[in-house]
Amino acid sequence: MFRDAALVAGKDLRVEWRSRVTINQVAPFAVLVLILFAFALDPDRGVLQQATAGLFWVAVLFSALLAVQRAFAIESVDGNRDALRLSGLDPAGIFLGKASAVALELAGLEALLLVGVVVLYSTTLSGWLLLVTTCVVATIGLAAAGSLYGVLAAGLRVRETLLPLLLLPVVAPVLLGATRAFEAAFGQTTADGWSWVGLLTTFAVIYVAFGVLAFGSLLEES
Amino acid sequence: MEPVVKDAVVHLRAAVSLLGRFPALAGLDLDVGRGEVVLVQGSNGAGKTTLLRTCAGLIPVSSGEAIVLGCDLTVAADRGAVRRRVGLLGHATGLYDDLTVTDNVRFWARACGATKQEADAALAVLGLDGRLADVVVAKLSAGQRRRTSLAALVARRSELWLLDEPHAGLDQAGRDVVDKLIRSAAAAGATVIVASHELDRAGAIADRTVTIAGGTVVTPSAPSAPHSPHDSTPHDPAPPPPPPPPDPTRKPEVLGVP
Amino acid sequence: MTESEATVPAHTGSRTTRLLGLATLVGIAVVLVLGLVVTGPDAVQGDAARLIYLHVPVAVAMNVGFGLTTLGSVMWLWKKSRWWDTVAVSACEVGLVYTGLTLVTGMVWGRPTWGVYWTWDARLTTFSLLFLLYLGYLVVRHLPAETEVRNRRSAYVALLAFVDVPIVYLSVSWWRGLHQSATLSLSSTISGLMLFTLMTGMIVALMGFAWLLIHRFRVAWLEDELDSVGLELAISERRAEAGMTSVNVPATVEAVVR
Repeated sequence: MFRDAALVAGKDLRVEWRSRVTINQVAPFAVLVLILFAFALDPDRGVLQQATAGLFWVAVLFSALLAVQRAFAIESVDGNRDALRLSGLDPAGIFLGKASAVALELAGLEALLLVGVVVLYSTTLSGWLLLVTTCVVATIGLAAAGSLYGVLAAGLRVRETLLPLLLLPVVAPVLLGATRAFEAAFGQTTADGWSWVGLLTTFAVIYVAFGVLAFGSLLEES
Repeated sequence: MEPVVKDAVVHLRAAVSLLGRFPALAGLDLDVGRGEVVLVQGSNGAGKTTLLRTCAGLIPVSSGEAIVLGCDLTVAADRGAVRRRVGLLGHATGLYDDLTVTDNVRFWARACGATKQEADAALAVLGLDGRLADVVVAKLSAGQRRRTSLAALVARRSELWLLDEPHAGLDQAGRDVVDKLIRSAAAAGATVIVASHELDRAGAIADRTVTIAGGTVVTPSAPSAPHSPHDSTPHDPAPPPPPPPPDPTRKPEVLGVP
Repeated sequence: MTESEATVPAHTGSRTTRLLGLATLVGIAVVLVLGLVVTGPDAVQGDAARLIYLHVPVAVAMNVGFGLTTLGSVMWLWKKSRWWDTVAVSACEVGLVYTGLTLVTGMVWGRPTWGVYWTWDARLTTFSLLFLLYLGYLVVRHLPAETEVRNRRSAYVALLAFVDVPIVYLSVSWWRGLHQSATLSLSSTISGLMLFTLMTGMIVALMGFAWLLIHRFRVAWLEDELDSVGLELAISERRAEAGMTSVNVPATVEAVVR
């Protein structure tokens, strides 16, 4: 399973390295979202600073949608889904591989967005341990849930419109939890933040386990 | 019912495969023995592609008997088991556009347990180890893509080869390579089912020809019993296939749309 | 309601459902009298608190609906039984209607109590997310697909939504828990008469739920029935393309459509 996961993750990252879709399109989009928030919320009134945590995670959520779309778009063209089914790869391994690749791309985007909020919103980052832990568990949860819904929607003609409808309500707790944890980290009240990290961890564990068990069945349908 | 062919790699009896609600295979009987090369011919929409995809375990058999490489295709778990033992060359090439020829073949080879060296050897067989090796698949011509997916197929070392129009889109040299591959696969003990419209070329390498129409076999190989698929003796030389009998009640194309 | 309902009825009503429907109507009248006339206004919230006799029962029925969707999905994955699949989708549709009612009654109550229609109350927020989660289920359910693919896909969406519900509830109540304002609950200890009215409301809401569910189930069942009619015909027409008579065609539709 883990050998297959490494193979699939390596392949997906190689696809990204050659096509640069995340670097050239998703990353600029994420920064653009940060800039648009500044237009929507007047930067002079301090609203941006107060809302930094939430805006950061909304930007991550939108980027995650694009990353998941992309990860499964490459599997749904030209018989690649059939090829995956015929390959002999363990479906759980495929799930872990695809989710890991999405998670790594998201981690890169989050690093960029953190720099973005520091520069654009003049946010002072603090509580680094809580900040990084939150990012890690929230990203794993987002990537796992995203990969499950991604493969579900991948074979459908309506996938672009269906994926946000299915995925966003499900990951609403991640937005909520990660935002509160970030606020706690910024506000130096890290004790509150760790209980949110616990919730995010539960979410990640549930969806990773679900994916390992159910991904094979979801890959079947075409 | 007893299998007609001993040591049958493919054994289908009254197999029904549904595409949506459309019975693409409507009670098909077919036996293929180990090491045989069988040409499947038939008009468009006859069920050739569905037959190959069914044998590959991609489409469930909803009724009848269907045993491929000892796996019962009516059972979901067995369909999963048969997949890694067959090699299917379909209309789609199953390649990642953003990866190079070498990357693609190596990925699919390693996915089924082959080594990097085996993948590179397969690339060499298809003549893809030169200038094309590091070209991104998106920049290849249709024929070159076909060669690349053939290389991935060769690296799989399958027990059963299922080739859907393998000659399509290839140049003369490519067609010769395909023929050579089929012969060497059969010589190595693999079984090959080829669906093709190129009867001259594919017929020359096939041990026998099976004609299908309307999701059923219309020409068994035994000349003595042209309308009874159960009497087929598959090692006989293939008779020239008669065209499917016209049917006045037939609704053209309507059934082709599920 | 079992698999034996092969004959096609003219409508989805029956003696039982008519009696149930009638009893529900009488029950609604009884709850109206009890809730608006017999019971007195709440000490703190006044007449607005009377909405509890509607709001809480429909919320309970909503939970029953989504519970049945989950149960039906699990049972479909386990037993592959069409009956349970139909229960799952019917319960979800009726459950969504009740979620809508819950949200609307909550908002109507919120206006006089908080002065606003919507407040980010933990329960209202959870219900609105539930509404969206199960709306996604219905959207997936109604995408065109083969029966088995559709059933499996929607069953997994139902389970994915279900495992999310506790996390949603927990996160929202932690979030709102610190500055929780009055929710729709009675300020004083509930009196015997109020409790009786509430319980009656609950029974009536569940009766109405059952009535809707049975009808929706029957419609969904008949829709599926309509889908599988004609499969035998399709197989024989398909075979007719090859000029063959119908041999080995499965005797029943059920044998083909699992």
